[in-house]
Parts: sequence; C-alpha cells; structure tokens
Amino acid sequence: MVTAQFEYLAPATVAEAARLLSRYKGEAKIVAGGQSLIPLMKLRLAEPKYLIDVSNIKELSGIKEERGGLAIGAATTYDAIGASAVVRKYFPLLAEAAGQVADLQVRNKGTIGGSLAHADPAGDFPAVILALGAELEASSSRATRKISIERFNVDLLTTSLRPSEVLKTVRIPFLAARTGTAYYKFENKASHYAVVGVAAIVTVNASGVCTAARVAVTGAGPKAVRAKRTERILVGKALTASQISTAAKRAGAEIGDFNGDIHASPEYRAHLTVVAAERAITRALGRAK
Amino acid sequence: MTMVGINESVKRREDPRLISGQGKYVDDIRLPGMLHLSLVRSPHAHARIKRVDVSRASKMDGVVAIFTGADLQEQLGSLPAGWVLPDLKQPKHPPLAVDKVRYVGDAVAAVVASAPYLAADAARAVKVTYESLPAIVDAEKATKRGAPILHEGNADAGGAPNNVAFDWEVNGGDYAAAAKKADVVVRERIVNQRLIPNAMEPRGVVADYEPASGQLTMWTSTQIPHLLRLLFALVTGHPEHKLRVIAPDVGGGFGSKLYIYAEEVITGIVAKQLGRPVKWIEGRQENYLATTHGRDHITDVEICGNKDGTITGISCEVNANLGAYLSTFAPLIPTILFGIMLVGVYKLENVKCKVRGAFTNTTPVDAYRGAGRPEATYLVERMVDRFADAVGRDPVAVRRKNMIPAFKRGKAVATGVKYDSGDYKKALDKALEMLDYPKFKVEQRAARKEGKLLGIGFSTYIEICGMAPSAVASSLGAGAGLWESSLVRIHPTGKATVYTGTSPHGQGHYTSMSQIVSSQLGIPMEDVEVVHGDTAAQQFGTGTFGSRSVVVGGSALYMSLQKVVAKARKLAAHQMGVPEKQVQFANGRFVVEDVPDKSMSFPDIALQCYLAKDLPKGMEPGLEAVSFFDPENFTWPFGCHVAVVEIDEETGDTKLVRYVGVDDVGKVINPMIVDGMVHGGVAQGVGQALVEQAVYSNDGQLLSGSMMDYAVPTAEMFPNFETARTETPSPTNPLGVKGAGETGTIAASPAVINAVVDALSHLGVTHIDMPATSEKVWRLIQGAKEERRKARQGSRNGRKR
Ligand SMILES: Cc1cc2nc3c(=O)[nH]c(=O)nc-3n(C[C@H](O)[C@H](O)[C@H](O)COP(=O)(O)OP(=O)(O)OC[C@H]3O[C@@H](n4cnc5c(N)ncnc54)[C@H](O)[C@@H]3O)c2cc1C
Repeated sequence: MVTAQFEYLAPATVAEAARLLSRYKGEAKIVAGGQSLIPLMKLRLAEPKYLIDVSNIKELSGIKEERGGLAIGAATTYDAIGASAVVRKYFPLLAEAAGQVADLQVRNKGTIGGSLAHADPAGDFPAVILALGAELEASSSRATRKISIERFNVDLLTTSLRPSEVLKTVRIPFLAARTGTAYYKFENKASHYAVVGVAAIVTVNASGVCTAARVAVTGAGPKAVRAKRTERILVGKALTASQISTAAKRAGAEIGDFNGDIHASPEYRAHLTVVAAERAITRALGRAK
Repeated sequence: MTMVGINESVKRREDPRLISGQGKYVDDIRLPGMLHLSLVRSPHAHARIKRVDVSRASKMDGVVAIFTGADLQEQLGSLPAGWVLPDLKQPKHPPLAVDKVRYVGDAVAAVVASAPYLAADAARAVKVTYESLPAIVDAEKATKRGAPILHEGNADAGGAPNNVAFDWEVNGGDYAAAAKKADVVVRERIVNQRLIPNAMEPRGVVADYEPASGQLTMWTSTQIPHLLRLLFALVTGHPEHKLRVIAPDVGGGFGSKLYIYAEEVITGIVAKQLGRPVKWIEGRQENYLATTHGRDHITDVEICGNKDGTITGISCEVNANLGAYLSTFAPLIPTILFGIMLVGVYKLENVKCKVRGAFTNTTPVDAYRGAGRPEATYLVERMVDRFADAVGRDPVAVRRKNMIPAFKRGKAVATGVKYDSGDYKKALDKALEMLDYPKFKVEQRAARKEGKLLGIGFSTYIEICGMAPSAVASSLGAGAGLWESSLVRIHPTGKATVYTGTSPHGQGHYTSMSQIVSSQLGIPMEDVEVVHGDTAAQQFGTGTFGSRSVVVGGSALYMSLQKVVAKARKLAAHQMGVPEKQVQFANGRFVVEDVPDKSMSFPDIALQCYLAKDLPKGMEPGLEAVSFFDPENFTWPFGCHVAVVEIDEETGDTKLVRYVGVDDVGKVINPMIVDGMVHGGVAQGVGQALVEQAVYSNDGQLLSGSMMDYAVPTAEMFPNFETARTETPSPTNPLGVKGAGETGTIAASPAVINAVVDALSHLGVTHIDMPATSEKVWRLIQGAKEERRKARQGSRNGRKR
C-alpha cells in the first residue's frame, strides 16, 4: 500500500496555501493531519499531484477566546482541543468528543478542520460542531467568506467548501446559562468511528423547563444532521424520562436512508440512533444547572 | 549477575532491545544493490487469465524485470501440502498463477524495481485481462452439485472433484447406539467463523544469491526456518546445502508464518534469476489477502446423555473451509488437531466425527493460535452447557460429574489418544474458589430482578501440545519428523552459547532457555547466549508452533546440559583426585563430598577442557554436546476459564466484566512469561467470541479487508485478568512441562459465549454464533421478547376460547 507519486508543499501562510491551491487547480489537495487523506491516497482512491501541508501554518492552529465565543484554528488537533483549559471550561462537549475520536496517535495528528472538510459520515466532530452551531471561515486566493455549519454538510464526504478554499477558523458561540451537553457514541469495534453518535445540548430555565435544545446525529446516514423533530418535542417541557424517550424516538426522522454495512444493518442503526439520542439528552439534561 | 532457576519470574532479556526499536526484522535488512519486488494480485476471486500485458509497466522508471506465472512456471514449481491425509486431493499450487486465479490476492506477476514505490507503481501498470468465473466462498455449498469448481479435472489429473480435498473421520465407541439409549440428545448447528491472524509484523523476504558459490541466503519472517529450507529445496530443486534460511527478529506469527509461502519461493527464485538481492515486504492489506486465515468451520453437532447429568457421547459433521489451495498444514488442523480433542476432559465413551475439507475461492486457511483445538473445545464446552440446560442441571455440576478423575501417567480416551497426566477437578475447584460461585449466583439473581443481564460461562478445556512424537505424527500424515534438537557449546571462559532448532517470534525463548541453562550450569543468565532461527547455525529443528518449544526444544536443551555437566564432573573428579561419585555439582561448583573447601568452579573446568593438558584417559578436549529429543507422547495442558459478562439490554452490547483463568501447563520455567502468554491468548479468544470476523461477499471479495473493518481486540475491551495455575507435571519430558502458548485462546471463546448465553438464558436463548456482536445479541433479545409476547397473547386467547 503505497501512494502514487506527489509533490509536497509546505506554505507558511494561509494566503500562500490558497495561492498554491489556485495555481494547481484540480491537482492539489490540502493535507492537515493526514488521518483521512493519507489512507485514501494509499488505497489510490485519491491521487493528488500536489499536497499542500497546512499543519505548520501558525495562524491555522490554536484556540482563542473572542467576544461571543471561541475561535479554533482549522489545523488545531483533537489532542490540543481535548487538553485546552478554555475548551474544558466553556465547551466540555468538545473535549468529551475529542477524547472519543479514534486513538491517541490519530488524535495527535487529526484536526478539527480536516474532520469537517472531510465530512466522513461516521466522523464525530461533524455532529458535535453542528450541534454547537458553529460558523466557519474559509479563504480562497480571492476572498474570505463565512459559512454557517448548517449549510456546510452537503452529502456523503461532501461539503460546501470550494476546491479553491482553505478552511481557516471554526467559531463556536458561547452557550447560554443552565446549558448541559453530552456526546454519546456507539463505536465501531474495528475502526472506533461512530456507528452512531449523538451530540445533545439542552438549556433549561430556572424552573427546569427546557428552553432550547440542539441534537445532532452522525453515523446513521450519509452526513451529520440535526434531529429537529426531537428538538421540537423537548422544548417547552420540564423533561421527564418518558418525555425524553418520546422525543428520542424521532431522532432518526431526518436521516432518510440509514447506512448499512458489515458492522450494523440500517435497522440496527435506526435503533441505536434512538438509544444514543435518549442517553445523550438525559446526560445533557443532568448537566444543565 | 542473575543466577536464575526454573520457576522464577525474571524479566524478559530480549525486551529492552525489542521495545526500544533495536530489533532487526526482515525489513531492516538492506543489502548493497538490493532490488524491490511487488506482486500483481488478482482482484477477482475466480477467473481465467487471458493475457498479462507488461509492455507499459516494463518501460517505467526503475523497473528491472517483470515475471509472469508462465515465465517462471518451471523454476517456481508447485507448493505442496506438508501433511498428507489418506486420499488427499493435492491440486497444483503455482506460486505465480498461470492459467487461473482462485482467490482475491492470488499472485499473477512479480515486478522488480530499484525502489519499493517504483515497484508498486509499475505493478499497478501491469494489465491483466481476466475472464471472470462464478465464485464460491461457503465451505458447505462448495461441495454441493452445481458449485463452481476451483481445481478442474479428476483427481489423477490434479483436480478436486466437487471441491472436496478430503473426507476424514475418527470414531470411538458407538455413538449411534449411545444416542439411541440416551434420555436426551441435543443438536446444534455451530459456525466457527473465519479469523485473520494479525501478527504485528506482516511477512517479508530478502533473498541474496551468489552466482559464484551457488549459495542462496534467505531472510524471512517465519516460524520454521529449517522446514522452509527443506520445502524450498523440494519445490524448486535448489540444493538444500546451498540454501541458508534465517529468521531474524520475527514480530509474531500466531501460526500464520509456519508454512512455505508463494512469496518466499518467488523472491528466492527471482533473486537467483537476476543475481541480485531482492526484497519483498508485505503490506497490511496485502497480509489480509495473502497470509493464511484461521478457523472457518460449519458444524452440525450432537451431544447425548442421561437425565442424571451423565454425558455418553458426542458427534459432529464438519465442513471445514480450506480456501483456494492447500496451505502447508491445512489438512492437519481441522482433522487430527480437531477430531481427537472431542472427548475434552470427560469420561465420554462414544465419539463420532466426520470432517470434509472444501476448496473455496478464499484465502487459504491453516493454523491460527490453537489450531483445531479451539474449534474442538468450543464445540465440546458449548455442547456441555447445552446438555446441562437440557437436563436442568448446573453446568459446573455436569462438568464435575463427567470429568476424568486425576491420573499421573497416561489415560487412553475414546478418540484413540492417550492423555499424559491430569487433575481436571483441581483446576475447576481453584477457579470456583477464586470466583466465589455461590456469591455470583446471588448477584445474578439480584441483577435479573433489576432487569440487568449478567451471565457466567465456564470452559474446562484440554488441549494438545508439544508437537513431536515423530512416529505417531508421521503415521498420521506428517511429512517431516517433529523432534527437536539442541547444541550446547561452553566457551573456555565458562560462558555458554546454546543453539535451539525452535524459532521464537515473541514467546521469550531467549529468556526461558537462558533460565534452563542458568539453572543447570549455575552460571548467570547474562553468560548465556541463545541462538535460533538460522539454518547455518543450528543442526536442524522443526520450529516454533503448537506450544512445542520448551516441551520439545527445552527438553533437548536440558539433555545437552546434562551431557555437559557429566563430562565436566568427570574432569573435576580427575583433577581433584577423587572418585567421580564423590563430586557434587551445585550452584556452579564441583565440590568434593564432605570436603567443602575442595572445589572447582564450572568456568575452571571449562578452561581445563580447552587447555586439555590434564584430561582423563580417553576424554576428548572441548566442552559441548548435541541432543535430539523425540518424546513418546504429546502433552495435554488443561484448565478452567471463567468469563462473566454484562449485556446492555437496549443495545445488545456485551461487556466482559470479570475473567478468571486457571491453567495447568505442568512445570513452569518463567511464571511471568506464562502469564503473558495466557493474557495474550485470552485476548485473542475473547476477540473471536465478541468482535473478530473475516467476512467475504458471495462473489469472494474480502469485506473485512483492513483493520478499519476487521476488529482486532484492544485493551479497553478487557477487565483485569485473574490468573492462577495448578501444576501437574507431564511425564513425557524431563522438564515436566506441557506448553503454555495457546491455552488462553483455546479456553476463552467458549467461556465467553457460554456467559453470553447464560445472561440471556432466562429469555429462552440457547445459542449464539461467534462473534456475539451487539447487533446479533440485540436481535436475539428482540426475538425472545417477541416470542414471549406471542406466547402471552396465545395463552390469553387460549383462555378466552
Ligand atoms: C485509525 C483511525 C481511526 C479514526 N477514528 C475516528 C473516529 O473515531 N472518529 C472520527 O471522527 N474520526 C476518526 N478518524 C478520522 C480522523 O478524525 C481524521 O483525522 C479526520 O477525519 C481528518 O483530519 P485530518 O487533519 O487528519 O485531515 P486530512 O486527512 O489531512 O484531510 C482530510 C480532508 O480534509 C481536507 N482538509 C484538511 N484540512 C483542511 C483545511 N484547513 N482546509 C480545507 N481542506 C482541508 C483535506 O484536503 C482532505 O480532503 C480516524 C482515522 C484513523 C486513521
């Protein structure tokens, strides 16, 4: 298993990376941690002539507290995210999910931007970042634009990022008071990717009534999606176990065709979606203080 | 300086080197002018080769040569089976396919280039035109009429009609009569799924040919350097004395490196053709296709007995999947190593076993850790539980009732073999004591009341080790003697180099063998060098597999050490001027009885042997000894493993929460190493029970083609293993050892599955096939609930009517 020949480029800035992308249009690929791209290249499912490594671009990695939220550089690794004090303080959900991605080696290399840009149907971060309602920033050699995460995941391994764009920043808005979060994952025993994963964010008011809920599902279908019907059932109630259960039963409603493979049939995935949703919501509610 | 004895837990001497990256594996070998070989492999499970077009590939950067099967047909020969059963069909197995490919991964052409990446690029550019043929992957369907035939023609023409390689059986007593008389007969259809061995280091070969001397040297990641040299010579006609096979550090094998492989022959012959060193290194995904798989049985099994819990017989019909060609030991594993184990540790008088070996369009199947015994043990231990359930008795009580009582020397059983020594109840009792079985029962009842699924499973296993008795083995089909050899060479300074014909690949022989030497010569372990895995260094050897190395090789070593001590004692007596019988040897000193200050050390004597100025009459100078050991029987380790599982009722996810393993491997050289072997073995056994499976699509594509889809067990799956031992020495060898390499793998799978079934038994579940994946367990729970719902409805309706 060896890759086809390619040329390795290591730009120092995002602008330079974007310029290289436009120069080698259609023949170049960005590589960050390489944890998804390199395996594809070894299988020769991808044969880019040029690899533009963004992992050493300073402005692309790191976590900054801004007004209204955190800005995470696209090339920040899972490990850095999981270990970050600000992340742990404001977004324990990110740290919880980062700790469940793959294994230590992959977490040391894999990046948040790579995960989102790759849009693996079984990836953890696509669901977590969707639940958090992030806004992404991307640059081409000509322009910089903002993309809402809601419009980012298009389909299986497909996002609205253009081939000419470098994903720069993931901005995550602070959570409201009395919000609890949880990520519940049934992992594939071989790859440790999600067979089904559900991220839940639940906000309650002083009297314990759910005032907002965001629930996102990964692994079940071609891309990570929000379980809007579930969310709607949750909001406005002082949640009991049976109400959560009722809401969770609708968690697969937005999926359409469930994935099926040698690890789990569509029917079983549909079932796990419900169970994961129920458990994630229950945990999130328990943490909403 | 560590003087170590037997039964001491010293740390493994090889580890600092191996775990700090200082090992030397095949891929670390770099020779001047070395070329790199890459294989073009078939993407089809079954197809005719119409054309191999190398025109574009041969013009590519760095390409030195490309060989097709037709180019080298004569030089490469055909890979034989090394174990020949009566009436075995042995179709040709050309290392490079000539007219037909028979599994995905079958090699079609070899590309040689100046760098590995260039070789891989060029291999992709070789254009093979195939005419695709229907494929068959299921061992049972393969032998039915109308199935696609892999090896055409009748048997005389090298074909295998109906894809049958052999029909084999073993019978003891009269099963049919026993079943007729029995109160209860329980039947089950059991699938023992196909596994991929997953040695940490994939295979690799470096071959170097010196035209001037005709000497071919081959470094290969193998468990059997000497057998490989013999087989290579037989297959290719290359003279055995002009071939040196070296197994450098080998990163695991689990049985998958105990054969002659196509790539060894191809790399060797290509090096010979080109007169330059050639290297081939297997990738992981290539390993999944090109290195043998294990298990893969479909079995209809029956157990019978009486209401009082007495088991009277067991019978089974097995369809064993052999893959596309016969690998070296493929005929042995599902027959002898399986069939003769069906008595287990029980007073079972009636056994009937029929095995049909089938060719299919899949990777060849051969030994994988345990090799035949896990398959047998799984059937026996699973069916004992089924039987206990059928007669309404506790599975532990049924086991105890049927166990063969303790014996020290030889016990003949219904399958025609003789166990060496055993005390099965003792191991069971020890496990029960560690476990606190009554307490568990109380916990289980409480858990069930809370709706929790908690289950316990037992496996009172026995296995066969110390593959040796050559006469027995050859009467059963072995193509080579299975004894083992040693050479002990004492240097003038009293240090020792010992040569063993066994060939370790992770087992810690460097330490265990040093311990044997240190204990017998009274010299520190640091003064011992153990040399293995090089046909130029050792006389001969059979290699390392079947937990035979310490049993057979360690015993051969022990014998040579005794010879060395005997000679040294004679010389000591001579030089100290006393009769030999007055000289005692202890702690490395020869001491005159009752005269403690009159003594000579072992190194003193060693030096005298080489100075040779004062030897007794007739004594030759030097100090070394050679021994060949061929025991009269196999060894039969046994024990009791217990698994406790908790199942998530909502998802079917099964968690191993407790694991107790009591093994009896006879005498123990290094308890820490034995513990390590048991831990690793249990991990693999649990892996089979819960997560591992090689899956083929119906058209022969390997769907679990990488570690992304084939689940290799990891540490997070396991609780702390609670292990202990009983010690029943084997009378078959001077060390009293039985072999400890495979017990965990053999014992664990049935223990875990019995636990899963126990957890679900109150729902009416009686069996689940491995692996007990979450989805399978979930479906069983759903099914059971559905049944109950229907039953309740039925009885309500019944009342209404
Ligand atoms: C053994 C293993 C187990 C894994 N298990 C899990 C798991 O449990 N859960 C999980 O979620 N994931 C898992 N992964 C995938 C892992 O999370 C990847 O790291 C991640 O999907 C990609 O991040 P990366 O930085 O490695 O991206 P790369 O592999 O470098 O790139 C992936 C894709 O994103 C593009 N890209 C990367 N960065 C940018 C950027 N800044 N701008 C534009 N495009 C960009 C690349 O061009 C490429 O197309 C696993 C991977 C492995 C190898």
